[in-house]
Amino acid sequence: MTDTANVAVDERLKAESFGARMLKRPELGAIAGVILVTIFFLVTADSTMFTLSGLMNFMTPASQLGILAIGAAMLMIGGEFDLSIGSMVAFAGLFFGVCTVNWGLPLIIGIPATFVFAGLVGAINGNIVIRSGLPSFIVTLAFLFILRGLSLVGLKMATGGSTQLRGVREAVEGDWLAPFFSGDAFQGLFASLAAAGIVETFNNGTPKVPGIPVEIIWFVIIALLATYILLRTPVGNWVFAAGGDKNAAANSGVPVNRVKIALFVLTACCAAMVAIITVMDAGSTDARRGFQKEFEAIIAAVIGGCLLTGGYGSAIGAFFGAIIFGMVVIGLTYTDFDQDWFQVFLGGMLLIAVLFNNAIRKRVTGER
Amino acid sequence: MTEDTKFHHGDAPGGSPIVEMRNIEKHFGNIIALAGVSFDVRPGECHCLLGDNGAGKSTFIKTMSGVHKPTKGEILFEGKPMNFDSPRDAMEAGIATVFQDLAMIPLMSVTRNFFMGREPTKGKGIFKRFDTDTANRIAVDEMRQMGINLRGPDQAVGTLSGGERQTVAIARAVHFGAKVLILDEPTSALGVRQTSNVLATIDRVRKQGIGVVFISHNVRHALAVGDRFTVLNRGRTLGTATRGEISPEELQDLMAGGQEMAQLEGSLGGTV
Repeated sequence: MTDTANVAVDERLKAESFGARMLKRPELGAIAGVILVTIFFLVTADSTMFTLSGLMNFMTPASQLGILAIGAAMLMIGGEFDLSIGSMVAFAGLFFGVCTVNWGLPLIIGIPATFVFAGLVGAINGNIVIRSGLPSFIVTLAFLFILRGLSLVGLKMATGGSTQLRGVREAVEGDWLAPFFSGDAFQGLFASLAAAGIVETFNNGTPKVPGIPVEIIWFVIIALLATYILLRTPVGNWVFAAGGDKNAAANSGVPVNRVKIALFVLTACCAAMVAIITVMDAGSTDARRGFQKEFEAIIAAVIGGCLLTGGYGSAIGAFFGAIIFGMVVIGLTYTDFDQDWFQVFLGGMLLIAVLFNNAIRKRVTGER
Repeated sequence: MTEDTKFHHGDAPGGSPIVEMRNIEKHFGNIIALAGVSFDVRPGECHCLLGDNGAGKSTFIKTMSGVHKPTKGEILFEGKPMNFDSPRDAMEAGIATVFQDLAMIPLMSVTRNFFMGREPTKGKGIFKRFDTDTANRIAVDEMRQMGINLRGPDQAVGTLSGGERQTVAIARAVHFGAKVLILDEPTSALGVRQTSNVLATIDRVRKQGIGVVFISHNVRHALAVGDRFTVLNRGRTLGTATRGEISPEELQDLMAGGQEMAQLEGSLGGTV
């Protein structure tokens, strides 16, 4: 017996089709977007884009952005913004670089230290927003510049005048934790798949795709975890409530301030995650790391169905929003189009997504 | 059955008051908002608190629900003196207040609103999770008992009518063990039919043995469901009347402070 089996049917309600019910899911727009973008590139792009190696090519930047976008989406559902996440990537990257290169700390200390450091900055951000009651937009805009500037100054101090800190790869080489945050996973599996002739190989027998880049795996794990928290835990309910109406939530006993500060910390930790992965991948860190990523992350979250006013959205939506992003930025290189169309495409997607979300919100709330 | 008795079934049960407020005074600086108000509510009765705008109704219920501390006077809860430091204390003791804004979030489902801040969980440790099946079942059940059939537990509160939202808020308070339910002008923004539904809900709640405090400035709504009527005017109680002892006209006059109202009513042909 289902929950509603013995509820008398209200004669004023029309039966809802599966399609109509799907229309009410926040992530619908992003999934539709992925399908449309896929069709677009199937028609226009070189066929190598949708091979395994092409897939890894666009999923790698999608994952790096997606980890940020999921943090940004959860914060947006909780009713706040963080414009400082891009700068936070640079700042956390600097801290991580100093930990490994200058202080020579092993990753087992360096990585947690970076998370704690980023989390503290996020907590400062959150506390200022909550205690002052100012819009998070303006407070985090200030931090966008503060953190970017501190990264630049810090880099010069750490390197003695350069804006790039090199030597991370050498410093972490051989560390047992390194494979979890850099390179490719499941290399053994891909090698045996290649031997069995299931995946494409180079002439010498090594697979064209050596494994799955770790950021893709982290991206999927974080998306699943965020979705579980939002939909299946009390804390998730508090996030929606805090973003929907903070007074109503507080009157019902939701610890609104703690929830919001925790979300700022989480967003900063997502930035730290991206910083650690990309710095280890590049082997160095510089002051432009994560430049303008805050906007891209927010755009991915909005394409994923988050409302700018909070209280509505999904992590799965942000997941697909980031994939759209990766497909477009990499996909254009497989086509004959000028790559600079990318920004036009991006702005267009954002505009369509916002219009679409607005219509969806009216459906959900029954506004007329 | 006359209009007045439509929502009233049976006499008010006796018994000692759950909450008793004695000579409550509340001053804000040099403003005397309440100048000695006495009020009590017994299990299973609906006690209406009537008063015009500015009479002190809001200040009084905020004192009762723990938002304000009285300047003078005492509050007895189940016979013992009580001192609520916060609305949370009052809520835990069993005094639930449904304010006009209802503390509902339109974008969230009925179930998520119903359990907001008090989610049922299952599992242990890091596997402790929101028990959505139980929550959905309870929400649908409780709403059905209040006479509302939901489309589904995931229906957004924004799609409910004003009266239905009021009912969700009442059902939520009842489910979480309210002994006294304070309703702040629950019918003020509703249409005729929705008002009837809310009044019927109040009657259902009362029959479960919960004491209802019904704040209103509409005499007809109060008479339809109330057992006792207390009128507030300029921060004082003008007395408490029992059902049947008082006519709608007398109540109306008490609320408005007599005199001027009689004149006004004359010029309007007795329609107010």
